[in-house]
Amino acid sequence: MDFDLMFTSFPKLLGATAVTLKLLFASLFFGLIIGLLFAILRLNKNIFINKFAYGYSYVFRGTPLLVQIFIIYFGLGQIEYLRSTFLWVILKEPYWCAIIAFTLNTGAYTSEILRSAFQTIKPGIIEASKSLGVSNKIIFFKIQIPIAIRQSLPAYGNEIILMMKGTSLASTVTLMDLTGVAKYIISTTFKPIEVFIVAGGIYLFMTFIVHNIIKFLEKKYYFNS
Amino acid sequence: MKKLKVLGLGILISSFLTISSIADQIKIGTEGAYPPWNSKDSAGNLIGFEVELANELCKIMKHDCTIVEQDWDGMIPALVSRKFDAIMAGMSITGERMKTINFSQGYADEVASLAVMKGSKNEGLKTMSAINLSNVSADEKATLDVLTKAFKGKTIGVQTATIHQNFLESGLMGNIKIRTYKTQDEVNLDLSAGRIDAALAAAVAFTDYAEKSGKGVVLTGPTFAGGDFGNGVGVGIRKGDSKLLNDFNAAIDKARDDGIISKLAIKHFGFDASM
Repeated sequence: MDFDLMFTSFPKLLGATAVTLKLLFASLFFGLIIGLLFAILRLNKNIFINKFAYGYSYVFRGTPLLVQIFIIYFGLGQIEYLRSTFLWVILKEPYWCAIIAFTLNTGAYTSEILRSAFQTIKPGIIEASKSLGVSNKIIFFKIQIPIAIRQSLPAYGNEIILMMKGTSLASTVTLMDLTGVAKYIISTTFKPIEVFIVAGGIYLFMTFIVHNIIKFLEKKYYFNS
Repeated sequence: MKKLKVLGLGILISSFLTISSIADQIKIGTEGAYPPWNSKDSAGNLIGFEVELANELCKIMKHDCTIVEQDWDGMIPALVSRKFDAIMAGMSITGERMKTINFSQGYADEVASLAVMKGSKNEGLKTMSAINLSNVSADEKATLDVLTKAFKGKTIGVQTATIHQNFLESGLMGNIKIRTYKTQDEVNLDLSAGRIDAALAAAVAFTDYAEKSGKGVVLTGPTFAGGDFGNGVGVGIRKGDSKLLNDFNAAIDKARDDGIISKLAIKHFGFDASM
């Protein structure tokens, strides 16, 4: 075991963690918006809107994230027409390709989490509000959404952790995230065990943080519905 | 009961013995993604110069060989952790790698080159046709200056953990952005998509790709040898495996004398890359 290497690679890996966190926060942010949007579409009574939203989550939950990122990065890059459009400004950059893939992926899972959370809200709560003359808008924003968020916390916390580990796939499209830099150090030192132990430790620590934040929020917003 | 235990122990020991008694069976690791050195046909079988050469060398050594596939970036760790016993994967002999593994004598060598897309500003750069970095002359220095000027601030793609990456990081190319890829295929894809301005690899890796894909990838600037580009391609062997190292060295001598290496090189490279 080369402890010197573990010490010298630690600051480099910590620096790369910034890239990992940027990817994670950007995709969680956009993913949450898309997820909420598609969750609402899923609850729509119009069969076409409903099926469209279902199709999206079905496709992105049913294919591996690695395949999605490869299709977006290497696949779309092969379409000559696309390269002459303004879209290429975004798709040219591996960073944005990774964020698009992660966003669409986490958006699909988030929409399912939120949909099931909306559906667990007891109809009685809404009926009671209506009978008190509360407007639909206020019911949605002040009653349904807060309850849905509370209900989805455990599952969404899981999704954050899965997505954090998923960002390691960014290294397959030339990005120097935590895994990318770990692989780079290995390629010059040929010592995978030491470097991956340090990188794995950093991932574990981030999971620990996320896990505890979610646990705290769950306690804070605890209620018995 | 005791008899059973003894029997079990016997079976256990004999299973270990069988493993050690087939030591003449060796496994050779290759990448299968670096044509024409090594690649795969459409059915997934390993083909290429090194696959055929490995079989010839094994015939000479009278070893029973299997050739296995391994991703390039895990090649040396896989050898060290005994996933296989030898590397034949277009791997150049460099001082950096010699710290971790041994190499046989070189069996082939070929030059590196930059490549750009047809129509690029840097197509057909006016430079010397070849430079050797072991001993840089004034003319060669001037050629490097042309390159640093032409590629200033440009993004150059390269396969990770290669001599080509080492060269780009050496600073001789001046101020460039380096983007590293897992395989040469991915470098070629991004070069033809226009995500990177240029790429550096073995010259044949580009000409082979241009020919097979029909994409307008062209070589530009000088060909490179010496210095960071190492001393030819040899068989990588674990440190301490001196018997296998001697076997390979003797077999390469024999194959060279019999003209086998030249013949295979001309077949796959189109020129005699043997050494």
